[in-house]
Amino acid sequence: MSILFDIAITAFLIISGVFGLVGSYGLIKLPDPMSRLHAPTKATTLGVGGVLIASMLHAIAVEGQVSLHELLITLFLLITAPITANFIAKAHLHRHVERDQLPDAAPDDCWAVHDIEPFQAGAEPSTETTK
Amino acid sequence: MSLFHRLFPHPLLTVLLTVVWLMMVNEYTINSLLFGFLLATIIPFATRSYWPQRPKLRNPLMVVEFILVVLWDIVIANITVARLVLFQRNADFRPAYISIPLELKSPEAITVLAGTITMTPGTVTSDTSNKGHSLLVHCLHAPDPDAIRDEIKTRYERRLKEIFE
Repeated sequence: MSILFDIAITAFLIISGVFGLVGSYGLIKLPDPMSRLHAPTKATTLGVGGVLIASMLHAIAVEGQVSLHELLITLFLLITAPITANFIAKAHLHRHVERDQLPDAAPDDCWAVHDIEPFQAGAEPSTETTK
Repeated sequence: MSLFHRLFPHPLLTVLLTVVWLMMVNEYTINSLLFGFLLATIIPFATRSYWPQRPKLRNPLMVVEFILVVLWDIVIANITVARLVLFQRNADFRPAYISIPLELKSPEAITVLAGTITMTPGTVTSDTSNKGHSLLVHCLHAPDPDAIRDEIKTRYERRLKEIFE
């Protein structure tokens, strides 16, 4: 019985290691910032997920108790990863992408990053909130 | 408004926070249950002005189906992206921005959809339109952008619409 657990734990650790490595390799290999975002947001999910499943199995097999910490880590990861990706993407759009490079935002006027007043050097900052 | 609703503006959030607290301390005793419940009462009460409306779950059973579909898609997404990263030359990538017009109205549903899109095959939600009626999605490899848009709409948005609206 315990050898089955050992094999399962090892398999999950190897899977997670491989995906973590591929994610990091993608970060170097892909050509532009937006594409690079894809590698860490995805490959890493399974990478971390594998370690967490291995850790839960280890807790059951070796320590003989159920540990639910790992489920929480998964939950927090699933909540935070898209938000981080979204912030990086927005910063990139804001600084490097012009309106006409993006598809039409129908039925609205434009994408939220471009919904700002153009910056003018020396101008008084606008007190009105643009919303 | 009844006393119960004033004390517990979001009953579901209270239950959720208690469960999360119990899992965090990893110790299932009356002591941590009571303390978790105390926190789960104070937090929704103190932040209630930021959540004026209670998000409605019209179809709680669909949530389970949605989570299973998304978890499965995350596994597939990982394998797809790993294969693209390892075996495709950079010159062959066809990255594209696509615009997804939304039928969903509630902010919670749109947030879940945006998060789901980021976690699934080769797509990252980058922005919303200025009035929140469409999402800007970046695709790592999109030979056929329309197909990706239709898949997101039928696979995730339809289910979220049934859950939330």
